[in-house]
Amino acid sequence: MASSDMSSEPLLRATNVHKRFDSVEVLKGIDLDVAQGEVVAIIGSSGSGKTTMLRCINLLEEYDDGEIHIDGETIGYRIVGGVRKRLRESAIADQRARIGMVFQGFNLFPHMTAEQNVMLGLTKVQKMPKAEARDRAVHWLDRVGLAERREHYPYQLSGGQQQRVAIARAVAMDPRLVLFDEVTSALDPELVAEVLSVMKSLAESGMTMLVVSHEMLFVRDVATRVVFMDGGRIAAEGPPAEVMGNPSSERLRSFLGRFHGLFG
Amino acid sequence: MGDKGTFLYEIWVARGSLLSGAALTMQLSLAVIAIGSFIGCFGGLGLVYGPAPLRLAIRSVVEVLRGVPVLVLILFCYYGLALFSIDVTAPAAGVIALSGFCAAHMSETFRGAVASIPVGQTEAAKAIGMRFWQRLTYVILPQAARRMLPPWVNTGVEIVKGTTLLSIIGVVELLLSTQQAIARNYLIIQFYLAAALIYIIINFSVSQLGAWLERRFAYFRY
Ligand SMILES: Nc1ncnc2c1ncn2[C@@H]1O[C@H](COP(=O)(O)OP(=O)(O)O)[C@@H](O)[C@H]1O
Ligand SMILES: [Mg+2]
Repeated sequence: MASSDMSSEPLLRATNVHKRFDSVEVLKGIDLDVAQGEVVAIIGSSGSGKTTMLRCINLLEEYDDGEIHIDGETIGYRIVGGVRKRLRESAIADQRARIGMVFQGFNLFPHMTAEQNVMLGLTKVQKMPKAEARDRAVHWLDRVGLAERREHYPYQLSGGQQQRVAIARAVAMDPRLVLFDEVTSALDPELVAEVLSVMKSLAESGMTMLVVSHEMLFVRDVATRVVFMDGGRIAAEGPPAEVMGNPSSERLRSFLGRFHGLFG
Repeated sequence: MGDKGTFLYEIWVARGSLLSGAALTMQLSLAVIAIGSFIGCFGGLGLVYGPAPLRLAIRSVVEVLRGVPVLVLILFCYYGLALFSIDVTAPAAGVIALSGFCAAHMSETFRGAVASIPVGQTEAAKAIGMRFWQRLTYVILPQAARRMLPPWVNTGVEIVKGTTLLSIIGVVELLLSTQQAIARNYLIIQFYLAAALIYIIINFSVSQLGAWLERRFAYFRY
């Protein structure tokens, strides 16, 4: 996977990523490194491009300029005669399989049980034998506290439980990096904690995570680094205590001010 | 069996031809639904995932087939194809015409069902590295099938009723065999009612089959 001469590169390296929707430039040159084992939180107001950035990394969105590397390998595109070319669907699928993603709206498969949701990628994408895939699914459902619910369909689960199944589905694939896009935003307040505690335990187990979140206490406690996005750019970056405790700009100060009382 | 001229007597006499008419109605319907649905699946796939020129081509064909009266389609296939030196028997012409009608409706049904699956489903499947056909097979189609079921059953019922139009080109399905019996015994009302009853039984079976399939697919909800 990683070419040896790139071994100094971090797990994820995005350089100068630009993304336009029609004429509107949504990402205006993002540079972002995430090293193995890091938990990087992306904060920023609505519309600043956080979701778009995650979707570009997982190749759900095509980007217009710049490069994204995973383990030193350019993903999504190759250069042919000086021209960027989108890779074939199958190559893109292989690259996506190395990156997990958890969505705001869970997106569980409604016609499958919790266990089948987790097993699908293992059996179909990784071609793992059924029995082994089931063991793996049971293991991860247990990790997220849902061993008892593995026969349940999504509609029989609460939002928090559904989101934990979605996390199990993503991490069971053994991805290099897991992307979380406001995964607690669609949840009732009393269900947020159970999802955050699962994420915290994943972070502690050394999983590399890129987390878009408005849960500032979680960000402060769990993130190794915080990235503040503003208008399609990274406007501030650093350890949580520094970025959040000592905001470098008025924009960041006013953004954090909305979560007032959290940072004394 | 009563006297000659009574309903019971005459229907006993006509039982063989009525039953074979009913059998032909069912065979034609089954053939049309099978062929039409099969083609409709590909039409629907093309409408959802095909490149723009293909979508436009399929869309045009679908609109024509849905816009033209079924009887005109049937007459065209029976008389019209002969103009192009394509020799078809009446039942074959009927199956071709009704299959076209069925395929057009199924394409639209299929497209609607697939398009109604939230885009998040595709994205979640992509995110675990699934390829197009895998996403279609394991994620999209199982969900779309359930949404397609009610309109599919409706189309099936329309097809069964539509086979009556084939009597006009001389296919001795249930309606024409009934009319032939009436020509011998003049029991007009009774025999049309008998035919109606058989159509109702066939279509009731179709919708019961649909209801059973829906129950089988009811194990998940949204
Ligand atoms: N598919 C799309 N088409 C057009 N504009 C989009 C699309 N997706 C996002 N945008 C726009 O891009 C900007 C950034 O969106 P997003 O990445 O979702 O921001 P965030 O997640 O930070 O709230 C917004 O102005 C949004 O309206
Ligand atoms: Mg967002």
